[in-house]
Amino acid sequence: MIEVFIDIILLSFIAVTAVAILRMTNLFAIIMLFGIFSFLSASLFAVMDAVDVAFTEAAVGAGISTVLMLATIALTKTQKEKVSVSHRHWLPLSVVIVTGAVLVYGTLDLPAFGDPEAPAQTHVAPYYIDKAVEETGLPNMVTSVLASYRGFDTLGEVVVVFTAGVAVLLLLGGKHRISDTGTNEIEKNEHSLILRVVAKFLIPLIIVFALYVQFHGDFGPGGGFQAGVILSAAIILYTLVFGLDAAERVIPPSILRILASLGVLIYTGVGIVTILLGGNYLNYSVLGDSKVAGQHLGILLVELGVGIAVFAVLLVIFLTFAGRGRP
Amino acid sequence: MMQGHLCILLVVIPLFAAPIAAILPRGRLPWAAALIVTSVCFVLAGMQLWSVVQDGVVSYELGGWAPPWGIEYRIDAVNAFMALIVSGIAAVTLPYALLSAEKEIPEHLIPLFYSAFLLCFTGLLGITLTGDIFNVFVFLEISSLSSYALISLGRKRQALTSAYQYLIMGTLGATFFLIGVGLIYSQTGTLNMVDLAARLPQVSSLNTIHTGFAFIITGIALKLALFPLHLWLPNAYTYAPSVITLFLSATATKVAVYVMLRILFSVFPSDFVSTTPTGDLFLLSGIAGIISASVYAIYQVDVKRLLAYSSVAQIGYIALGIGFASFTSLTATLVHLFNHALMKGALFMAIGSIIYRVGKCHMDSIHGLGRQMPWTFGAIIVGGFSLIGVPGTAGFISKWYLVLTAIEQDSWISVVVILVGSLLAAVYIGKLIEALYFKPAVDSNPAVNEVPFSMLAPTWILVLANIYFGLNTELTVGVAEHAIRVLGVTAE
Amino acid sequence: MMDFIIGHYNYWVSIFLMMVGFYAVISRGNLVKKIIGMNVFQVSVFLLYISISTVEQGSAPIFTEGVELYSNPLPHVLILTAIVVGVATTALGLALVVRIKEAYGTIEEDEIHELDHTL
Repeated sequence: MIEVFIDIILLSFIAVTAVAILRMTNLFAIIMLFGIFSFLSASLFAVMDAVDVAFTEAAVGAGISTVLMLATIALTKTQKEKVSVSHRHWLPLSVVIVTGAVLVYGTLDLPAFGDPEAPAQTHVAPYYIDKAVEETGLPNMVTSVLASYRGFDTLGEVVVVFTAGVAVLLLLGGKHRISDTGTNEIEKNEHSLILRVVAKFLIPLIIVFALYVQFHGDFGPGGGFQAGVILSAAIILYTLVFGLDAAERVIPPSILRILASLGVLIYTGVGIVTILLGGNYLNYSVLGDSKVAGQHLGILLVELGVGIAVFAVLLVIFLTFAGRGRP
Repeated sequence: MMQGHLCILLVVIPLFAAPIAAILPRGRLPWAAALIVTSVCFVLAGMQLWSVVQDGVVSYELGGWAPPWGIEYRIDAVNAFMALIVSGIAAVTLPYALLSAEKEIPEHLIPLFYSAFLLCFTGLLGITLTGDIFNVFVFLEISSLSSYALISLGRKRQALTSAYQYLIMGTLGATFFLIGVGLIYSQTGTLNMVDLAARLPQVSSLNTIHTGFAFIITGIALKLALFPLHLWLPNAYTYAPSVITLFLSATATKVAVYVMLRILFSVFPSDFVSTTPTGDLFLLSGIAGIISASVYAIYQVDVKRLLAYSSVAQIGYIALGIGFASFTSLTATLVHLFNHALMKGALFMAIGSIIYRVGKCHMDSIHGLGRQMPWTFGAIIVGGFSLIGVPGTAGFISKWYLVLTAIEQDSWISVVVILVGSLLAAVYIGKLIEALYFKPAVDSNPAVNEVPFSMLAPTWILVLANIYFGLNTELTVGVAEHAIRVLGVTAE
Repeated sequence: MMDFIIGHYNYWVSIFLMMVGFYAVISRGNLVKKIIGMNVFQVSVFLLYISISTVEQGSAPIFTEGVELYSNPLPHVLILTAIVVGVATTALGLALVVRIKEAYGTIEEDEIHELDHTL
């Protein structure tokens, strides 16, 4: 019963935040609220036993997305949303009401929340729960489904991230066409000695944590994606404290671009190797002496590819946004 | 040994090449890589179609896990045919792209441009070949994200707003699709298309399934620009770089149509279309789309926008074919899909050639160019005739089959609409030909020459294909009939 | 009746949230706000999926000695992928917004329309 209680409270908080996001016009406040919305959702995911999802949502929604949104309003120098006096507010409203009504109609014969006899719980999924540990040797079933049973989806996911990197470079990587006054550059924060000392302590810790998440994903929540996000967050922190130029001296953008490609190539390459060894694409079993050993090695390698690609792409995206404000 | 891996290689080869193209040095190397990859894929797609027609359905277990636990690639005549269209268009686009892209894309972006192109190509092939409904979502997003970026590279600032508009509409579509898949999953427990087809009939009366169905169809309809959800398309096609307009118009909406056919007829019980209002909605959308978009096309002064509205109208014909949901009508849909790729490919290439020479394609700025660029003009005439549906061109065949279906179904309104649509097409193509040939040349335009061979040859390959498939229907209609039978729809 | 509501309110709240996000996307003219609305919409869809995956009394799908009942790991995997797709779309959308601001000087939809029509 206590879980139902927490669930209801969290859902109410989330609903209030969402309505506030809709109604407010100050963009900075909206973005902060979105960070909270995302963080509350992550807590709810954790309550509903989706620990990996919670971890990722917190890192991505409350972390990366929020930072990018803040960078955007800094670059576009827009603080407030203009409230338009459109005469056609009834149209979006009726679209939304109809869509919502259709959805509610669709949920009327959904199995009750938490029902262990629901079709989703009795077909396909039990196989993973019964066999995954034995077939892949990993206790975290989410990792084994993610990296092996549905490893091809995850390859697609890495490619989506890579595509976003390519797209952002195509859009913002070039020369600034219209230069306007004012500096949005993330300036070197010379005055705050404390900030710099704290950062110097924190960054190595974050990096160590990222490595732990990368290689511990087999056993607990985590994996390449989360590790990549955390590692890029460490460098983002470094950039915010020591400035863009210092960050680019630590990791030159050209190296990052190569790393981004390398990550995707590692994942794709593992699949090609499995074909050459006589298996199907991404069938890791052929990589080792035993099936389980092969699975283990394969998952380790592809997670490494994911980590490298995600780290490099997210950092490229951030640095490109930040570099756009350079005078 | 590679024979068994054909279908996966089709996706993996461009997937492997895309990150490499991104880090290649500037110059023509990235282009060469893309050219080789798309040509290889075209050959592989041909082999794949051949093997499927000969030996039947191919099932490929990714990761060695049996479906429904692992992801399955499932190739039959329908998607092998689609893969051939996508890779064929890509393979003729690339020789054309070299000069056109050098003119329209800043030099330092060329490696990333070809990388994004390959990613888009990978995404489209991935959607086509997979047998897993969630995997469709993932590859849909690969192709969508790369198309947003590619469209935004157009030279006018409207390219940016068009890309943004497409991003919003496309993401809404993808999210609707995702909601639908979630609802279907909640009642079936599976994501594999074959498994879904086996399990859906037992639960097909549930609200959840109806809602899920509606959301999946709406999501795809947004992607394929089905009237009235087409609003993103005219802008996107008008302002994108020429090469991208031509590639996307000939492939992206076609792949969305394929997904629609697959979901409607293979995944869901195929009587869903006739027992729910779905079929009628498609007919209504088709009729409204053909008439309104054709009328809009007549009033356009930008040639690319004119052709974009014409594409919306052509999607209307496809919607009619889906709405009738009979063996003949679906055959017509599939044939039209192929033919439309050929004609719009040829037309957009010709318009791209004009842009290559004079930098714009406003109706007033192309006066008299037909006399100076005879080969390009010829391509526009044949492509235009095919669009109208003149006998002897590919366009005639698909319209003929559609009219046959409409008569078969006693839907005289549709017969009239198809004929009126053709008349309207004759009007806007007539306007174009008049401007190009019969109007005196604009003084401000210096004399221009025909475009180089590397741009003419691909254009004319598509032009000749328009004529060939207008005269020899055995291949297209034969494969399409076979494919529709595989989808599970048979002639009564 | 009460059981029915307790068994379904999770779905309904996520639908309400989806519609709040969806409404923000289609009714607001500020390009950043639209993207934030899109994010709200997507996160709410994730809530629906995770609600479907939950099993009463189940634990997180990480094998532990002595635990019999686990939540369904498959929707978790799908949503991990969807989160990543979401952030990728957001990054691209925001990059477009930055460029639109540079080209038009505004990120309000109606002002952009006016600028394009007065040309």
